[in-house]
Amino acid sequence: MFTPSFWRRRRFSESVPEILRLQQEMNRLFSNAGQSASIDYPAINVWEKNGAAVVTAELPGMSIENIDISVTDNVLTISGTKKAHELKEGESYLRQERIPGSFQRNVQLPFRVDSKEVDAKYEKGVLVVTLPRLKEDLPKKIKINVN
Amino acid sequence: MSEKELQKTENAAAAEKIRNVKTFVPRVDIYETKESIFLIADMPGVDEKTVEVELEKNILTITGWTDEGKLKDHSLLFSEYETGDYERSFTLSDEIDREKINATVKQGVLLLELPKAEKIKPKKIAIKAA
Repeated sequence: MFTPSFWRRRRFSESVPEILRLQQEMNRLFSNAGQSASIDYPAINVWEKNGAAVVTAELPGMSIENIDISVTDNVLTISGTKKAHELKEGESYLRQERIPGSFQRNVQLPFRVDSKEVDAKYEKGVLVVTLPRLKEDLPKKIKINVN
Repeated sequence: MSEKELQKTENAAAAEKIRNVKTFVPRVDIYETKESIFLIADMPGVDEKTVEVELEKNILTITGWTDEGKLKDHSLLFSEYETGDYERSFTLSDEIDREKINATVKQGVLLLELPKAEKIKPKKIAIKAA
């Protein structure tokens, strides 16, 4: 059977990352000319399964107490502080490439999130946040009555 | 701080892998104490089973690989970062005591302790008055 809607949706979701990456690349190219670009840290990947979104971010070397995750309606906020190793007397840096400091990232999702069901894991320096859709907003199956 | 500094850098110099994955340069901090040199490398996605530290002659190589960072049965909607292997090499001076190198991995961060060899530790030389 020919199912146009399904076909279109699949094609779209596969091409979305490409388009967004291209857009980001363009923004980065042009933003360098004028004022400084806003820095999005951490970088995220967004996955989907059964209507729930899964956001992953690479945050190496954090402790759980230093990561804050909050959800309001359809916005996920990841914030935290990356601490630097504090040098004791007699220690000196030869090279410092890992950037310490605090960060905040807001991610807007295309649906309202069931904040009670949000699940977050932090393993091997990778944060995985599962955001299920609010049950009231889930598509409802409508029964057709035959009279 | 530019945006580029916060993004992963691809290791173009690394030998191409048979597996079709990208290789990244882990960011490192290196600091020195009187006894040792410490190296901290950010390698998100690796654990003690998927990281390797190799010392050949005076070249220290750290490698790590991740399970592609893919979530099972999930479809990727939006992507800002890629996952792959890590590789970076450093040239060590001879002053490292190779036998006592210590490596630990915690939350995707590799910590290497490279103890300085006894003979080069600074020694105070007493000067006698003639």
